[in-house]
Amino acid sequence: MTKPTMIENEFCITFSTVNGSGSATANITLMRALFRMGIPVSGKNIFPSNIQGQPTWFTLRLSRKGYIARKQEDDIIVAMNPSTVGKDISCLVPGGVMLIPDDFEYVNPRDDIVVYEMPVHELVLQAEIHTAFREYIANMVYVGVLASLLKIEMEAIYNALDYHFKGNAKSIEINYKVVELAYKWAENNLTKKDRYLTSRMNGTKGCIMTDGNTAAALGSIYGGVQFVSWYPITPATSLVETLHEYLPQLRQDPETGKDTFAVVQAEDELAAIGMAIGAGWGGLRAMTSTSGPGLSLMTEYIGLAYYAEVPVVIWDVQRVGPSTGMPTRTAQGDLTMVNFISHGDTQILILIPGTINECFDFGWMAFDIAERYQTPVVVLSDLDFGMNQWMTKKFKYPDRPIDRGKVLWEMDLEKLLEKNHGEWGRYLDIDGDGIPYRTLPGNKHPKSGHFVRGTSHDEFARYTEDGITWVNNFNRIKSKIDFARESLPEPFVTLQPGAEIGIIASGSVDPAVVEARDLLNGDGIKVDYLRVRGIPFSQKVRNFIETHRITYVVEMNRDGQLLQLLTMNFPDVAYKLRKVAHMDGLPLTAKWVKKQIKSGEGR
Amino acid sequence: MTETVHPTSQNTNIAGLTRADYRGAPTTLCQGCGHNSIAAQITAACFEMNIIPENLVKFSGIGCSSKSPAYFLGRSFCFNGLHGRMPSLALGALFADKTLEAIGISGDGDTASIGFGQFKHLIRRNLPLVYIIENNGVYGLTKGQFSATAEKGLSLKRQGTNPFTPVDLAMEALISEATFVARSFAGDPKQVKQLIKAAIAHQGIAVIDIISPCVTFHNHENSFHSYSFGKTHEEPLHEISLVLAREEITVDDFERGTTKEVTMYDGSVVLLKKLENEYDPTDKWQALRTLEDAANNNWLLTGLIYVNPTAPTLFDKYNLPDTPLNRLPADKLRPSPQSLEQINQSMF
Repeated sequence: MTKPTMIENEFCITFSTVNGSGSATANITLMRALFRMGIPVSGKNIFPSNIQGQPTWFTLRLSRKGYIARKQEDDIIVAMNPSTVGKDISCLVPGGVMLIPDDFEYVNPRDDIVVYEMPVHELVLQAEIHTAFREYIANMVYVGVLASLLKIEMEAIYNALDYHFKGNAKSIEINYKVVELAYKWAENNLTKKDRYLTSRMNGTKGCIMTDGNTAAALGSIYGGVQFVSWYPITPATSLVETLHEYLPQLRQDPETGKDTFAVVQAEDELAAIGMAIGAGWGGLRAMTSTSGPGLSLMTEYIGLAYYAEVPVVIWDVQRVGPSTGMPTRTAQGDLTMVNFISHGDTQILILIPGTINECFDFGWMAFDIAERYQTPVVVLSDLDFGMNQWMTKKFKYPDRPIDRGKVLWEMDLEKLLEKNHGEWGRYLDIDGDGIPYRTLPGNKHPKSGHFVRGTSHDEFARYTEDGITWVNNFNRIKSKIDFARESLPEPFVTLQPGAEIGIIASGSVDPAVVEARDLLNGDGIKVDYLRVRGIPFSQKVRNFIETHRITYVVEMNRDGQLLQLLTMNFPDVAYKLRKVAHMDGLPLTAKWVKKQIKSGEGR
Repeated sequence: MTETVHPTSQNTNIAGLTRADYRGAPTTLCQGCGHNSIAAQITAACFEMNIIPENLVKFSGIGCSSKSPAYFLGRSFCFNGLHGRMPSLALGALFADKTLEAIGISGDGDTASIGFGQFKHLIRRNLPLVYIIENNGVYGLTKGQFSATAEKGLSLKRQGTNPFTPVDLAMEALISEATFVARSFAGDPKQVKQLIKAAIAHQGIAVIDIISPCVTFHNHENSFHSYSFGKTHEEPLHEISLVLAREEITVDDFERGTTKEVTMYDGSVVLLKKLENEYDPTDKWQALRTLEDAANNNWLLTGLIYVNPTAPTLFDKYNLPDTPLNRLPADKLRPSPQSLEQINQSMF
């Protein structure tokens, strides 16, 4: 090996373990310690749909420049799974590093990597820990060894453990003891032969570490969620679990000590959506969270909510489909399904957060939009956002008051009747914006009641099979949704002088696109970027396509679903669009995006 | 069959309302349909119980039965949902205002087939809802297919003979721990009305399986779900009457000593006049055995089969405010900026 130049704060560590072995604590501890040192970090948990015994990988990326996309290449491997050592070694870059327990039998065919063997068993024994905890604690050995090799601050590791165990002195002590033993052993016994180092910097100021499902749950709470019905499904489960965690502390009325919310675990997704729509009709800010298979089950009720004009918020934390697919891997494959959800002509308002902060923001906005337009809103997140830890800006408090839309209580209805010659109907378009006024069950005004149904109805919610009435009412609903178009979060556009081509993307592919643009810039290719945040599309999306020679649509599915919707909406400029779609269950990498665009440009 | 609900001008109840205030739209169901009779009895029960229509909310699924909420209490809110999925809809909606009375109308296709799961899970949760099944053993809107409650050996024009044993919805309700289980016959309007009144007075899920003959597709002489069968095979467990909490208990056709009283949660008293057998509707074991005997003997057993008036409801398991959730002002729904700052601080 040639004399190495040191690589500081710009590399990837992959932890290869067996799931159920307790490695998550060790990995998240290292991630938090590095974050505390001010180093931008991101982590990806690549895990099986299994409880115990299958291979799992956690990739921790340090990026001085602040990139948080997945990286394909491994600089350092911590090989804690004997069954994958061969594969793991092959993923290392030249000059890469492998840490491995000294009692593993393995063949190392490479002479361009550095291997450090760790006496895991011996160090755990030295720590004199109860046998029951030994297996879990063993992972702390690599924390200590890495701390020594990479110069990770031990105080930062201690702080991370303190946070993880919520100050539980016993747990912190047991874990930290092993870290310290391993650190000392490495200091005394290992000679550093690799190029990787960490050092304190100032790259995480104003940031927090969290995941998208937590952000979504908190956003929903600050949006005033009142009713949650759900059914467990990976990767959406932790969203509701986080609601369970925070609702009692944030949403108990201090005056009465009573809850201002209710959470119901339903018997299935058919019931979960039924309950949410019942509650939405009742005037509660109602939501459910699910993933592809659950959403498939919900489609019929969502169609009813669209047609009967009931507000409800549905979080779809996407995973790989169709069918059960890859339940623990990420995708953007539900987009067209959601856009056309349910039978008949429908159009659903879709919000697509592209950052963890937007998971929070769209969490509260979704309720305002659903109630303002009296329609279902689907928020499309995915497993990568939902379940991975992300460095993100602090959550921002909602910048506008809660909007409950056009709701009439007794006095409101009385006033409206006076103004409108005694006439009010649930589906009567009084304001000319396609949005009718609604009364809620419990309203005591004798004219407030009405009969909501999924069958054809007139402006007064009366059953009718009259074709003209159907057409008028149905077109009003369409105009209402059209009217919502420019009220959705507008596209996020980043331009640079001299760019002739563009990228359109949405959701969690954002970090890969952001990094790819810089890489392309380095190769002399300037690219503008528009990130879609709401559907139906804003006219700005059309302008973007019109003003670029070619626009690449980057997404994480097989068929290019965002491209399909853009083509359908903007047929006259669709010839300028190019498909850049891929789905193998892993988040896209910047390198892959760059390669596709270069190849599209013939470069 | 159907009771006339035209108001007489002086005829107002304690709520100051006339029978007309409880009326719905004219029925579009077949003439002589058992469902119309049931709608008339719901109308009468609500009038007699002085329920203000705005304080009651109606739900239904899909099918002939599920159309019928349109034909009573036209002033009340109603949500006519999806096939078999009325229970989930009602559950969510009632969280909005737990003070509301609620009636859900379902059919045998709706409840015993597509909605079997939701039916049982709703019972398990004990949602305060009067759950009426208008049970005719047949799919009417799709013109005459067997439902899951059709008896074995029944012949229908296009379907041939049914080879399967029927689902007994009262039995299903009972073993799912329903806190009120009754069965009645649409051709017995007096009993239907009294059971509906008792069900409304009940706190919790109140399942009433009402055999309601389909005059168009399924009214064959010897069929379980026909008028003639019901008229000749009905075996009432008791005569039933509900005395509202605020009314003085005056026993007219009930003789003390031959009656059993069940005090409901709201203080109303259900009076059961014993017929031939000793029957205690608070004894679940006896209820199960009685249902089993009735099935074996091909009796249409009617009456209040089981009641547990003190079981906690779904809402007892939540810490909800007295103010209905849907009337909470926005400032009760959004936590303070300081609380978000604390969360940010805690996110490492």
